[in-house]
Amino acid sequence: MENVETQQPVQAQEEGGQQHPIGVYLKVWILLFVLSFFSYMVDYFDFQGMLRWTLIITFMFLKAGFIVAVFMHMMWERMALITAILGPPLLLLFLIGFMISEGFYVFGTRVDYMGRPEVAERNHVVHEESNEGGAEETH
Amino acid sequence: MSGDSLTLSQHPDSLVDDWSDDKEAFHVPWGKVMMWIFLVSDTFIFSSFLIGYMNVRRTTTEPWPYPSEVFALELFGNNVPLILIAIMTFILITSSGTMALAVRYAHFKDKKKIFILMCATAAFGASFVGMQAFEWTKLISEGVRPWENPWGAPQFGSVFFMITGFHGLHVSCGVIYLLVVATKVLKGHYDVKGDYSIVEITGLYWHFVDLVWVFIFAFFYLW
Repeated sequence: MENVETQQPVQAQEEGGQQHPIGVYLKVWILLFVLSFFSYMVDYFDFQGMLRWTLIITFMFLKAGFIVAVFMHMMWERMALITAILGPPLLLLFLIGFMISEGFYVFGTRVDYMGRPEVAERNHVVHEESNEGGAEETH
Repeated sequence: MSGDSLTLSQHPDSLVDDWSDDKEAFHVPWGKVMMWIFLVSDTFIFSSFLIGYMNVRRTTTEPWPYPSEVFALELFGNNVPLILIAIMTFILITSSGTMALAVRYAHFKDKKKIFILMCATAAFGASFVGMQAFEWTKLISEGVRPWENPWGAPQFGSVFFMITGFHGLHVSCGVIYLLVVATKVLKGHYDVKGDYSIVEITGLYWHFVDLVWVFIFAFFYLW
């Protein structure tokens, strides 16, 4: 019964949406800009390999976390709502796991039965060489 | 964060209290719960797309094109990698910020500020879709199709059109949604009940669209 008292202010607060100091939003907004800039720099300076993937994943989760926690007000919600929203997507980890293991297998059978293509190196993109429909493309 | 009632409502014991409540479990406006249910299901859709992309990229024996070079633009005589996508990312973050401020002013029921901020958000969203249309046009004219492209694995095209197309559709719907709600706010439609929670709900949708872009940007464009 004691929780009845604690629920009243929360419900009243919901009427016009939640209220939080403007500084929180502005700080997160700036932070998102900085993190996006960093993740673009990963590509601009052409980091490769493990360093690239680690940085991309780190910046991605930081950005996603700040958007969900602050902009989507998740950090101020009740535990019942937080678990109902964030719980179910965890099942996707199983799908990711299955697809990774399946992916290795499919790749293996393709190489076994069809062989690797003659050009296995990644091709660099040349925009000047536009083909067929690219006549009007002048860049 | 601060305040006693909030820390109480986040205590794990409150989970049991809320779910054993005979009336309602979440103690938020029903529209907000509905939006969250929709967003969770949308999470599964976009995740399926991205996991499908992972599988396709993992299993192809052809080399994957460099997205950084595919989306490079020539600016002032220099080839700048991925610049259009970077600009689109910054535009979407800017729109997320204006939306967050609109949600904040919804608490004070400041109609003019909500209207202006939501329209700004919609304008940023529309320019995002415009740049995406430019990007699609450019790639199509360079010969990228869902079944082939000049640079490597043919799956690149199908993944690109499917994922960015579905995200662009969400942004377009969001722009319409924002404009409808913004107009209704200005006309005083929500003063009848004095309930402005719709602004926060619209904000949830818009931030979700930005959230999805964070993952697309990382996995498709940067990887």
